[in-house]
Amino acid sequence: MSYLFGLITVLVLLWLGLSGHYTSLMLSFGVVAVFLSVLLAFRMRVLDRDSSPYDRLPKIITYWGWLLVEIVKANWIVIKACLRAELDINPAVVTVSTKCESDLARTTFANSITLTPGTVSMAIEGHSILVHALNAEDAEANAFEEMDRRAKWATDRVEKA
Amino acid sequence: MTELLDMIWSFLPVIGAALCLIGGLLAIIGTVGVLRFPDVYTRLHAASVTDTSAMTIAIAGMVMMSPNWLVAFKLVAIWTFFFLTGPASSHALANAAHVAGIKPLTGKSLKHERQDDLS
Repeated sequence: MSYLFGLITVLVLLWLGLSGHYTSLMLSFGVVAVFLSVLLAFRMRVLDRDSSPYDRLPKIITYWGWLLVEIVKANWIVIKACLRAELDINPAVVTVSTKCESDLARTTFANSITLTPGTVSMAIEGHSILVHALNAEDAEANAFEEMDRRAKWATDRVEKA
Repeated sequence: MTELLDMIWSFLPVIGAALCLIGGLLAIIGTVGVLRFPDVYTRLHAASVTDTSAMTIAIAGMVMMSPNWLVAFKLVAIWTFFFLTGPASSHALANAAHVAGIKPLTGKSLKHERQDDLS
C-alpha cells in the first residue's frame, strides 16, 4: 500500500512541476492522467517490487551525495588523462565480486561503477562484475569495497512486521 | 540585507552563463579524449566525462539562468533522468562490445599505436 501512495505522490509532484497550468479543467485532466498511470502500473504488477523503493529514499539520497563526490574525484583523473600530451593510460579488465543480494542493490552497484568516469561495468554474472578500468591502479581488488558496502546499505529492504 | 540579496540575484544569470561555458569546455575535453583514446572501452571512459560533469555543470548553469521555477524543475528532472539512464546506456554499449568479442587493449604498451578502425 505504501508503494501505491509513493507512486501517487511522485506522479502528482511530477505533473504539478511539468505542467504549470493550474485552472480547474487542467487540474482535473491531471487527476485523470495520474489515475490512468497508477492503473497501468497496477495492471503491470510493478508496484510491490524493487521498482518503487520510496521507503529507502533518505538512504538512497545519502548514497547519491557520497557518489557525487566520488564522481567529481574520478572526473578530475579522467580529464587529466584526456589532456596529457603523452597518452598515459594503463587499461585493465578486472573482476569485482559484490556482496549485494537483491537485483536493485546489484544494479545500483554496477551503475555506480559505470557512472564513475574511468570504470565501466562490461558484464554481470551472478555476484561477479567484469569491470574495464582506464588505469589499472584505480581498480585494485579493494577499490570498490566501500562502494559495494554503501550500495548494499542504501538499498537494503526495510523489513516490516 | 535586501539590497545584498538583490545584488546576488542580479548576478545569478552571469554565474549561470559562466557555468554553462565551463560545462561546454568539459564537453570539448571529453570529445578530445574520445578522439585520442585507442579503443572502444577507453573511449567510453572519455565520453563519461561528458555525461556526468559537463552535463551537471551545464544544467546547474541553466537552472541559475531559468526565468521561473517551472523551468528549473524541468531541468532538475532532466538531470535526474540523465543520472538514472546514462549508466544503463554506457553499460549496454560496453556489454555489446564485450559480447561481440572485441578484446580490450590492456597495459601501458599502447602509447603510440592506434587501432585504425576508421580507415
